[in-house]
Amino acid sequence: MATKLKPVDIVIVGLGWTGGIMAKELADTGLRIVALERGIQRDTDPDFVSVTKDDEVRYVRRNELMQDVTKETITFRNNTSQTALPMRRLGSFLPGDGVGGAGVHWAGITWRWMEWDHEAYTRTVDRYGKSIIPADMQLQDWGVTYAELEPYYEKFEMLCGTSGKAGNLNGKIVEGGNPFEGLRKSEYPTEPLVRTQANLLFEKAARERGLHPFPQPSSTASQPYTNPDGIDFGQCHYCGFCEQFGCEANAKASPHFTVIPLAKKNPNFELRTRSRVLKINLDSTGKKAVSVTYLDARGNEIEQPADLIILSAYQLSNVHLMLLSGIGQPYDPATGQGVVGRGYTYTNSGGATLYFDENTHMNPFMATGGTSSVCDDFNGDVYDFAELGFIGGHQLSAGHQGARPIGYHPTPKGTPKWGSEWKAAVARSYNHTMGIGGSGAVMAYKQNYLDLDPTYKDAFGRPLLRMTFDYTENEYKMSNHAADVAVEMAKTLNPKSFTRNTKSGPYSIVPYQSTHNMGGALMGTDRSTSALNQYLQSWDVPNVFVLGATSFSHNSGKNPTGPVGALALWAADAVKNRYLKNPGPLAPS
Amino acid sequence: MSKRNDDECAVDRRNFLKVIGVASVSTTIPGVAIAAETTAMGHGHAAPALGSRPGYVFLNLDEGGFIEAAIDVLIPSDSTGPGAVESGVVIYIDRQLGGAYGSGARLYLQGPFQEGEPEQGYQLPFTPAELIKAGIADVDAYALEKHQKNFAALSLGDRDAILKELDEGKATLATVPAKIFFGHLWSLTQEGYFGDPIHGGNTDKAVWKMIGFPGVGNIYTDAILEYRNKPYPVEPQSIQDFS
Repeated sequence: MATKLKPVDIVIVGLGWTGGIMAKELADTGLRIVALERGIQRDTDPDFVSVTKDDEVRYVRRNELMQDVTKETITFRNNTSQTALPMRRLGSFLPGDGVGGAGVHWAGITWRWMEWDHEAYTRTVDRYGKSIIPADMQLQDWGVTYAELEPYYEKFEMLCGTSGKAGNLNGKIVEGGNPFEGLRKSEYPTEPLVRTQANLLFEKAARERGLHPFPQPSSTASQPYTNPDGIDFGQCHYCGFCEQFGCEANAKASPHFTVIPLAKKNPNFELRTRSRVLKINLDSTGKKAVSVTYLDARGNEIEQPADLIILSAYQLSNVHLMLLSGIGQPYDPATGQGVVGRGYTYTNSGGATLYFDENTHMNPFMATGGTSSVCDDFNGDVYDFAELGFIGGHQLSAGHQGARPIGYHPTPKGTPKWGSEWKAAVARSYNHTMGIGGSGAVMAYKQNYLDLDPTYKDAFGRPLLRMTFDYTENEYKMSNHAADVAVEMAKTLNPKSFTRNTKSGPYSIVPYQSTHNMGGALMGTDRSTSALNQYLQSWDVPNVFVLGATSFSHNSGKNPTGPVGALALWAADAVKNRYLKNPGPLAPS
Repeated sequence: MSKRNDDECAVDRRNFLKVIGVASVSTTIPGVAIAAETTAMGHGHAAPALGSRPGYVFLNLDEGGFIEAAIDVLIPSDSTGPGAVESGVVIYIDRQLGGAYGSGARLYLQGPFQEGEPEQGYQLPFTPAELIKAGIADVDAYALEKHQKNFAALSLGDRDAILKELDEGKATLATVPAKIFFGHLWSLTQEGYFGDPIHGGNTDKAVWKMIGFPGVGNIYTDAILEYRNKPYPVEPQSIQDFS
């Protein structure tokens, strides 16, 4: 029997970037806020300043900062003709666990998504007509435009000390930045990261092919920085233990040393760690959330009543909790009806690996998660969908991320898998190899979705979330195009050899690809195709807001944390300045 | 010991250990055994770091011998750099199997179990420790049937051929799928070989020296520009060097 606690005003479920932003933004409202985080508290000092943090076995191979699948996992299948089976160990993606969430271990790459991404349906139909959209593709708008989000993108970059170079400053195209980005009102808060040899080679090849390279924006501060909240950032060490690791320098922006300490200064804020939310409880109408049920650190079942509930767990966990709690109608792929679980998307890729001789020194270990150069010439709607035959685009880039040797020891095509010849190739290639990779969009399709598994349970007896997902022709064409461009660029650079890398065969949940899981509770202006309105508020249960990439109606050819942060700030603004003054739906349904 | 009676080449491990008088991890591989003996007698290279001090916490001696015989094929000692055996990889694997990873930490083991598509990932009820133990017994049985010898007693060429059959899924084993067993063994071997010596492998950071990886605890804020497209010849540091 659950112990019922005294009501509070707001409960925040999950304290990573989005929950941390909401907690900080609402700190001065005087309302009593409780954050429930399933994991533990880690701090830069002592957890990341020690050299034990630079441990590839512990953090990459054994996933210490990540979700423990013995407690919560998912089941997976490529299509409905298969039986979904449990993801028994982490692989393809790595949800974080603990205060700061994936914001502790992310790579720091911080994009503003392209204008097209926010209005993908309208802009595509305006230019090409409806007939260009494949029958199974669910293309839709966010209900909020890039221009509306611009101040929130800026605020998130300022919060994070993002390093980069503007390419479109108040409508003026600036040399050295991204000419295809939406209009920015200000320059990045810190200068671009130092260009590496791989970056320079990529930029050279891109320019020779008429493309427009620029430094990747990254929230690893290139210089000491103090953000508008007075939080100090150290200068990046380029230590090479960045993504999948905590940062020892407080150079990589993370909620654990930015928004969360500010939230904690509020005397009305309480953080309860090791507190795992099992369910959101609704009243008898099913239209109002009244409390959350969670297990505390000792395993006691607790019911915490609250007036407003913010779901800010990882994307998959948000959808899981909505399905378990009956918030919104579950999606049915047979009829296309229902919205919770609809529009699950992921990551696409294609590229080339270039092997140079011993005179080209990459020093791939001097890196951050974001030391790349990029071009957007085939991203968003910069290119012609009809000509290339795919929608969504890819972003080409090159750079290393630290080259920790268990995970990084490339060998040229034709090298045996093991033995002396393999070892010689490893030794010869380690410092002289680079990749050119396209990070591709994945669109939403009626057959790709999330629901509850009929068979498998988590450690708490709840049905696991079931993922049904595969790529389509659109993604394979995009992957091949990215590889074609990468190969052309490779030829320009004349390496000793190169390999062409594409997606082939069904999506696999085994190798790591990216922690860019999207969708399942989309935002929009039509409640028949979105679970949330454009303020990330549940249409069906208006005192629940759902933050994070859960709301994205497709995955762009860009990393998601920029819009994740911007939309959290946008939603926090709506909650603070509109919802709290007059609780109820913020958009007409 | 009876399994080895017909194998003239194999060193009798237990008698060997008695002779040298230490609980040393050695090998059934001629040649490598000599190198190990030299080390044990104090004539080898620098004393092994704490994590690589000989002695198993999980493997029995036959299993240790099997793993040494396999990883000596996968990553042999040669003029390029150290082999997996001299890098302490068997100690790494022993420690991993005897620890949290081996007993199934972060591995969801609730049933029901059924074979899925490769894209659905690992679907067996074995912990990694159980998988490796069962796989070793399976491969030994396979080698006995094929060559009338334990795997560890086979020539390098025969061991290499069997490992290829495992990797390609061509060998049918009694208990565990060949490809999955090999995948785990190869993965652990690479972890021990390329990982930080704190975990027992990569002795003397020799693998990091071989590839030119400077190790951990580095601040490259100035070096990243200063050494761009230049060699960066530094002595690598491991977590142990800061301990």
